[in-house]
Amino acid sequence: MTEALIDAVDVVKRLGRGAGEVQAVKGVSLSLNGGELVLLMGPSGSGKTTLLSIMGCLMTPTDGIVRLRGRSTAGAGPEDLAKLRRDHIGFVFQSYHLFPTLNAEDNVRLALDVRGQRSRRARTAARESLAMVGLSHKTKAFPIELSGGEQQRVAIARAIVGNASAILADEPTGALDTENGQAIMTLLAEIAKDRSRGVLVVTHDPRILPFANRVVHVEDGRIVREEPGEPSKEQRVRIS
Amino acid sequence: MSLMFRLASRNLFHDRLRFVATIVGIVFSIVLVTVQMGLYVGFGRMVTTMIDHAPADLWVMPHSTKCFEDPSLMDDRQRFRALAVDGVVEAAPLVIGFAQWRLPGGGTTPVFIVGSELRGLGLRPWDLVAGSVDDLSIPGAVAIDQSYFERLGTSGIGANAEIRDQKVQVTAVTKGIRSFTTTPFAFTGIDRARAYTGVSPDKASYFLVRVAPDSNVESVRRRLQANLSDVEVLTTTEFRNRSRSFWLFGTGAGAALFAGALLGVIVGTVIVAQTLYSSTKDHLDEFATLRAIGSSGRYIYMVIIWQALLSAIIGFCGAAAIGAIVVRMTAESALPIVVTPALTAGLLALTVVMCVASAIAAIAKVMRIDPAMVFTR
Repeated sequence: MTEALIDAVDVVKRLGRGAGEVQAVKGVSLSLNGGELVLLMGPSGSGKTTLLSIMGCLMTPTDGIVRLRGRSTAGAGPEDLAKLRRDHIGFVFQSYHLFPTLNAEDNVRLALDVRGQRSRRARTAARESLAMVGLSHKTKAFPIELSGGEQQRVAIARAIVGNASAILADEPTGALDTENGQAIMTLLAEIAKDRSRGVLVVTHDPRILPFANRVVHVEDGRIVREEPGEPSKEQRVRIS
Repeated sequence: MSLMFRLASRNLFHDRLRFVATIVGIVFSIVLVTVQMGLYVGFGRMVTTMIDHAPADLWVMPHSTKCFEDPSLMDDRQRFRALAVDGVVEAAPLVIGFAQWRLPGGGTTPVFIVGSELRGLGLRPWDLVAGSVDDLSIPGAVAIDQSYFERLGTSGIGANAEIRDQKVQVTAVTKGIRSFTTTPFAFTGIDRARAYTGVSPDKASYFLVRVAPDSNVESVRRRLQANLSDVEVLTTTEFRNRSRSFWLFGTGAGAALFAGALLGVIVGTVIVAQTLYSSTKDHLDEFATLRAIGSSGRYIYMVIIWQALLSAIIGFCGAAAIGAIVVRMTAESALPIVVTPALTAGLLALTVVMCVASAIAAIAKVMRIDPAMVFTR
């Protein structure tokens, strides 16, 4: 493992106002390092998605510091945060969030388009990303023509095409059957083998524990336990 | 094709029913504006058609004349004073006025007499399709427009009628000289015009003035104004503007046309704004995803503006096609809708501005997007 890609220090997040105010994250410190796949586990409402949003620069913390590749995000406005996301972070969502009117290649290319990369090379990069997730034969397929597993692969291709150093995934296997879920985790684990990249996965699916280098348990807005993972080589071989 | 444009077009065409509603709204709005503005242009041209066809550099007229059809009179002595002014080459009388045309089958109908010298400087009929200006020198000769044959109970050249108990014969026929008041014009010589309108021989409605080629029109105008009393001296452009201003704004006709056009713009803006807003709302998840994957606010606004521009262009094309049909259908009517290239360009610009302005509500909605919502949907 190498440098911290994302570093959250004493992060607090309060949501809502007045009587409805809730402290979703209560002084959490967590790092995502290059070359590791970290699982963020906990029951529903424990604050893990809020923590993921803060580490992904989708939300700003009420208190505490978030550093992205050593640079603090404090004081960054919405446009600054958007730039940090497009430069450093790739997202994978439980419900994929693909654009139904665009084919797989264009869905992936969109991540480059928002970065201002619109040349022929962007198209080639999108195809290469799709090839990396095993979908080189489905570049022209629209989301509706793809299975759930294939859609999630397209989403992963979109997350990695811009060479994002941190891939943040929210329940990436939540809508998939076991076989597809394992395949998706294998892909994410492969990405995390690259020492310049890290993968942070929010889940409460215990079946993906074997893929983790580190497992962080969150309850009631706090980290209650952190343990090293035990990536199961045998299982990866069996699945692939 | 740019991905931003592709996303915009797919968003737009995705819900076909809504897209059709948007386009119908734009077409309706722009056709309404086209008709109103085309009427405005047509009306503006029609009210000055006589001024436009008189080959005068300056017009001498009774003080406070509002428009060409204002039948005030001046003494003929003013004409001689005008001729004495340095730089004036010619000053010719023009007599206008309403008269009653007795129909062959009984009854009368009003006509607007335009009488001038048949040689030299004068306002004579143009676009003749039968007869000639020389034919107006026959006693009792008049020229009328073929579109008024039925109204005047005539069948063309050689037809007889009466004005003020005096015999009238149609000796020339024009095409397309129509009056916005719907009262037919009857061109004749200056003496007959005086007789038909009851104007004494020493009076005239206007004096048309021609300025020497080496003289400055404005200088001559000032000299005339200084030397003549109780009259106004206007250049052709000034008189044209005064006439147009009176009919378009003095009567409220122009305001009514503008109000109609404004209504069209408001209706169009509301329809496009509503559909763009609901389209944006339907694609909120996608815009949030765009934001989450790092798109700038500008990128998202451009997607929405592309949608608006696409709607504008498609809507304008539909409106232009319908507008062309309407223009053709009204070409021979009493008040034709006139669409000039400048008006077409203006309507295109208006459509674009209207659609882009309509995008503001949708953009305001997108500006409030919380990208973190992608985790809760």
